[in-house]
Amino acid sequence: MPKNTHDVIVVGAGHNGLTAASYMAKAGLDVVVLEKNDWIGGAAVSRELYPGWKYSNCSYVCSLLRPEIMRDLELYKYGLQIIPYEGSATMMKNGDYYTHYHDHDMTINSIRRHSHKDAEAYERYSRDVLRQCKIIKPLLKMTPPDLTSFKPKDLFGALEFAKHFAAKDELGGLGEKEIYDTIRFYTMSIRDYLEEYFESEITKAHLAGSAIIGTALGPCSPGSAYVLLHHYMGEVDGSVGSWGYARGGMGSITQAMMGCLKDHGGEVKQSSEVTNVITKNGKAIGVATQNGDEYYAKKIVSNLDVKRTFLKITEEKDLPDDFVRSVKNFKIRGSSGKLNIALDGLPDFPCIPEGDPGGGGDMHFTETIEEMEGAYDDWKRGEWSRNPYVDMCIPSKSDPTMAEPGKHYMSVFIQYVPFNLANGGWNEERKQEFGRHIVDCIAQFSPNFKDLINHYEVRTPLELENEVGLTEGNIFQGELTMDQLMFNRPVPGYAQYRTPLKNMYICSSSTHPGGGVMGAPGANAAREVLLDMNVPQKGNYY
Amino acid sequence: MTQDLRYSALKKTPFHSRTSLASRTNKYYNWNGYTVPTEYSTTELEYTAARNGTSVMDLTPMGKYEITGDHAHQFVDYLVTRDLSKMKDNTVAYIIWCNEDGKVIDDGTIFKFSSTKFMLCCAVKIYNWLNDSAYGFDVTITDVTDTIAALAIQGPTSCSTLKKFGATDLEALKPFEMREYKIDGFDILISRTGFTGDLGYELWTDPKNAETTWDNIEIAGKELKLRPFGMYALEMTRIEAGFIQTNTDFMAAEDSLRPTRMRSPYEIGMGWLVHLNKNSYFVGKKALKKEKEENTTERCLVGLDIDGDKPAHGSVIYNSKKEDIGIVTAALWSPIMKKNIALASLKRPYGIKIKENIFAEIYHPEELEYRKIWARCKVVKRQFFNPERRNKVPADLYE
Repeated sequence: MPKNTHDVIVVGAGHNGLTAASYMAKAGLDVVVLEKNDWIGGAAVSRELYPGWKYSNCSYVCSLLRPEIMRDLELYKYGLQIIPYEGSATMMKNGDYYTHYHDHDMTINSIRRHSHKDAEAYERYSRDVLRQCKIIKPLLKMTPPDLTSFKPKDLFGALEFAKHFAAKDELGGLGEKEIYDTIRFYTMSIRDYLEEYFESEITKAHLAGSAIIGTALGPCSPGSAYVLLHHYMGEVDGSVGSWGYARGGMGSITQAMMGCLKDHGGEVKQSSEVTNVITKNGKAIGVATQNGDEYYAKKIVSNLDVKRTFLKITEEKDLPDDFVRSVKNFKIRGSSGKLNIALDGLPDFPCIPEGDPGGGGDMHFTETIEEMEGAYDDWKRGEWSRNPYVDMCIPSKSDPTMAEPGKHYMSVFIQYVPFNLANGGWNEERKQEFGRHIVDCIAQFSPNFKDLINHYEVRTPLELENEVGLTEGNIFQGELTMDQLMFNRPVPGYAQYRTPLKNMYICSSSTHPGGGVMGAPGANAAREVLLDMNVPQKGNYY
Repeated sequence: MTQDLRYSALKKTPFHSRTSLASRTNKYYNWNGYTVPTEYSTTELEYTAARNGTSVMDLTPMGKYEITGDHAHQFVDYLVTRDLSKMKDNTVAYIIWCNEDGKVIDDGTIFKFSSTKFMLCCAVKIYNWLNDSAYGFDVTITDVTDTIAALAIQGPTSCSTLKKFGATDLEALKPFEMREYKIDGFDILISRTGFTGDLGYELWTDPKNAETTWDNIEIAGKELKLRPFGMYALEMTRIEAGFIQTNTDFMAAEDSLRPTRMRSPYEIGMGWLVHLNKNSYFVGKKALKKEKEENTTERCLVGLDIDGDKPAHGSVIYNSKKEDIGIVTAALWSPIMKKNIALASLKRPYGIKIKENIFAEIYHPEELEYRKIWARCKVVKRQFFNPERRNKVPADLYE
């Protein structure tokens, strides 16, 4: 037997890789995780790039991470704590603001200031979105059935899938009408969807934000309504649609996962970039790393996105041609950037009254859907948005561990930023120009903001690709549109975490149910691996 | 016009002007005859303050009794089941006390200033019980509930908040110790005690100093994620900590209408507080000794880790034969542990010898219909949440 032999190799120590690895280690397998960086976490990291300040460098808030996974992997025991948000606000150029709160009735009261009708429509809207969340929730932890297969597993799976759409009372009384609504919801643009409920521009703009974050769709693009659902289907302790901070930054999530993994005998090797999958007789048998090491295992599970998995570390000769073509056609377009800012104090945002909990969570300044679409138009031309949509938050307002008392860390997510920047692409100078532009945009709403900046990190889609390994810097590892969701994710015929290469699996966000720090792809993939290896499994997730 | 307080329904605590200002929801309830907030803004966020920052709660309505006199130490040792003969000055002890039949009246904390001065804090009113029990002892019992203003300051940043408020070297204070401070010209007693199972303190001062203290603590905790904290959030934290609540997890012996509802310390997980080998006699000793010797304890109070995410409020607990073996007394989905937990009173041997194949029947309300869930339970330690920082010395500081 060659050296470095394990039961399972996981390629990439992102949150899905670590989730899959932890479940497999808990089931008793010998698991090794290979990570290219000298830190772990993929896009769920907390790094101190400026002394005294911790940044959530990539992902910055938590809601999608399945509570069953947190419970099964005992992430609390390994240091994970989620702090719920207090609210969210959109600042307006006329000095006014629009807010949502943790408390539903406070939100209604706040919307009423802008439109009495919208305040009441919000009740109906929340009910309808919640209904969609209820349908999708059980699907998240299912392996999508292969609709073309006649295997009993797939036939029952298809029935199970359909049940959640068609079943009556136990799932909230869905009937024919609601199935139509679901189909419409999955295919509509967020603008069209919101216009069926609301009249005021600010209400629509505030709500539409969730439909464009991370995607290369605009608010008028069909399919953007689903992206909103994707951001709503999470929860914080049963409060569906709520978001929170991971105490100590998003790295706490992956650190806790690593704690669980190690406690169950798993191993993580940093600075070990996998360069290729070693095959023998059409089967994956191991991997080779940049530093010349070789690892062998019964199963190989890739946490890389589908393009990197099959176009970079696997050889084309080992894969069917139509599969390779589908992978090449997989849509994975970078559209977002980020600034992580170390602040010497709390910036004033005069639009939001002091002490208003609306300022405790995400803040924005896009007032109309048209502005948002305009930001998207810039992206289409290969430019960063001149008037961007930003999702900014100051986690240190709630989390005492990100910076010293009185100092603050601000995370600014920016939509839209192209991967392929027009006129010569990204370079250091243009990256800094982009950073300055965003700082200027924020400063329009905060007079003392610039004076408080100690340091900031600028992240463009290019950095996300180079550092984290997300192709084109797409945060979801693939666009969340119907053609790439469920049975079609990552590509039709291969939605069950297995790949055309025997013994090779994929557990990344490129698979069902998709992106976000959810862990579901990792847990689902682990279940399939364990099934194939006849290893018994138990837990709340299954 | 001043109000004639002789017929007022509920009293206001000395912090009322501040707690009512902090309340965004105007939700109050009656605690021991006082109006106090159940919730200030959102219970989840108040709960989070206690596990992430600093939570501040008005504790004034808690029953507080001063016990002074030459026999104070002997009296206290006679009153409670725990051996307090070696209790040191300036320390606090967790205690329970029973009636003559060995049934628990209440739990609480006893503060020792000197062998002639103690303070007892508890949930129920016991002025009468204390006086009756004091027959033959040279002690004076004073009800100081109204004359001492009290705050609970709990959470991971609580030590930093209080240090900033003026409590020098507070980090050196060990759990169950107390220290007197002079802050802004007033005497303030700070004890490292609390009901959240986390790092935390309780602060005791003159009602005249209440408003200033509240204001200054708010200022001190501004950057330390401080938030006022209502009764709902306290209930969440105390279940996680596995603390029992009188008349919730067991019926106080003095309040039980039905004698079969009375519980001995062994039946509510408080056997560790009963020191049968203590030299002197204590109330209930004979009955408890008999119970122990004859092994007649009928029930137990345990922690349950329950499948699923629906809290088992008031659930009946069954064995695998669907026989009723007990009831859930308190339940919640624990936000910090992401676990569905409960405290349950079970009929022995369930919970002691039999810990598997136990089920809770949960009725989950869904828009005017109930979904019946049959959830598997595991008997676990009642102290679900017990972070290292709770007992750490020196206490964690955020500076």
